[in-house]
Amino acid sequence: MIYADNAATTKMSSAAIAAMMPYITEYYGNPSSLYLAGQKAKEAIERARESVARCIGAQPREILFTSGGSESDNQAILSAAMIGKKQGKRHIVSDPIEHHAVLHTLKKLEKEGFEITFLPVYGEGVVRAEDLKNAVRDDTCLVTVMYANNEIGTIQPIGEIGRFCRERGILFHTDAVQAVGHIPVDVVKDGVDLLSASAHKFHGPKGVGFLYAKRGIPLSNLIEGGAQERGKRAGTENVPGIVAAAAALEESAAKMEENARKLSALRDRLICGLSEISHSALNGDAHKRLPSNVNFCFEGIEGESLLLLLDDKGICASSGSACTSGSLDPSHVLLAIGRVHDVAHGSLRLTLGEDADTEDVDYIIRSVKEVVERLRGFSPVWRDLTSGKKPFIL
Amino acid sequence: MALYSEKVMDHFRNPRNVGVIEDADGVGEVGNAKCGDIMKMYLKIDNDTVTDVKFETFGCASAVASSSMATELIKGKPVSEVMRLTNKAVAEALDGLPDYKMHCSVLAEEAIAKALEDYFSKHPEKRIQ
Repeated sequence: MIYADNAATTKMSSAAIAAMMPYITEYYGNPSSLYLAGQKAKEAIERARESVARCIGAQPREILFTSGGSESDNQAILSAAMIGKKQGKRHIVSDPIEHHAVLHTLKKLEKEGFEITFLPVYGEGVVRAEDLKNAVRDDTCLVTVMYANNEIGTIQPIGEIGRFCRERGILFHTDAVQAVGHIPVDVVKDGVDLLSASAHKFHGPKGVGFLYAKRGIPLSNLIEGGAQERGKRAGTENVPGIVAAAAALEESAAKMEENARKLSALRDRLICGLSEISHSALNGDAHKRLPSNVNFCFEGIEGESLLLLLDDKGICASSGSACTSGSLDPSHVLLAIGRVHDVAHGSLRLTLGEDADTEDVDYIIRSVKEVVERLRGFSPVWRDLTSGKKPFIL
Repeated sequence: MALYSEKVMDHFRNPRNVGVIEDADGVGEVGNAKCGDIMKMYLKIDNDTVTDVKFETFGCASAVASSSMATELIKGKPVSEVMRLTNKAVAEALDGLPDYKMHCSVLAEEAIAKALEDYFSKHPEKRIQ
């Protein structure tokens, strides 16, 4: 099997599994308990906090462990909105290719009277700092722009946005779920006030993530209860998960450069091979792009069929077609970069893992070519395109 | 459990009656690319019987399987019987479809109805009331 869906989730690293074991088998005590088994667990959480903080250039007390990226996004945005509301500021700037954890939270705030401005992302799927400068107002309380997109892998100009927000005194949140552990992230250099991350995207366990909140930013609770996480996130800590998350991030950070170099070469080989398929197009900027991400549209076919036939060939991938999302509309990201519905339905996302090699990439290229050709063979859309009844879009 | 039944996957992997009939007596196309499903049915009708049927489909696995199964259900059947084909019969023959994919079987029913309508419009004397 070739697992090429690492943007969906990753395999846990052996370092992460080894790190969590003692906190399942031996030191399973509640971190809030006074006896040794509890205190050992508490110490482990604090060590994990230091380690995670170091990996993104933060202070340990600025790290809050959560259940994952979605929770972190929700808490960051709702907290910033609460701060804004108290100052009479109810305007937020974002962009249309954010994850639903961000978009749906913004929608909720819109219903509560907030106004949201979405920056254009253009055909390449990247926001421009000058658009942000024109979008902010005196009542802007938050700018939230993702570090890297989960579907098309585009990397946003976070440092530029961060510096501008810092100058203007506007809070800046970034959903860095796809970035942390894969590309360099430094909250100080980037001028980030709030940052969300998820452990299972960098070989840690599912159900764990963290929120970085710059010292002094008052957070609103999503979960009320005990005094865990400095009173900002109640509930007994997921000790094994937190410890494993930190171990996974340490390892990802240590190997980041080497992995990125290797993966970008494989990514470019894959892009090059898939480009040979007629009437296809790469989605998202080719250069400002995560090292592992490849996303294509193939005209005349539908994504779910493509995925299932690739699955038959042992390739795990994903698509932005409506059929795979359970709704009638294809991916909001593909629509935002200007792909029309007809074409967006035929999308394929391949996100390589660090253990992939050129053989895997070549096998993927051969398989995708075969499957696309097969599906086009009985597609009435493809027939209309090739017979000249309808013009090609790609 | 897998997303689809074994039957759906079988018809998706090895669709029956794929292709076009150049001199078809009735052709019906339904759906649109915007929603992600297009189905086209070609019928050859002789002596009030569907003697041959072919299809082309742009869509998900359940759309491909629904069209494939529908062609099997109507091939060799009298027109009067083909007219009564329901989406439910297609879905049942596939050992069921997930709820949110039932519209794929509806498309198959509609594509056949539209192909028959095309045939009747060319042969009004054959229209069955």
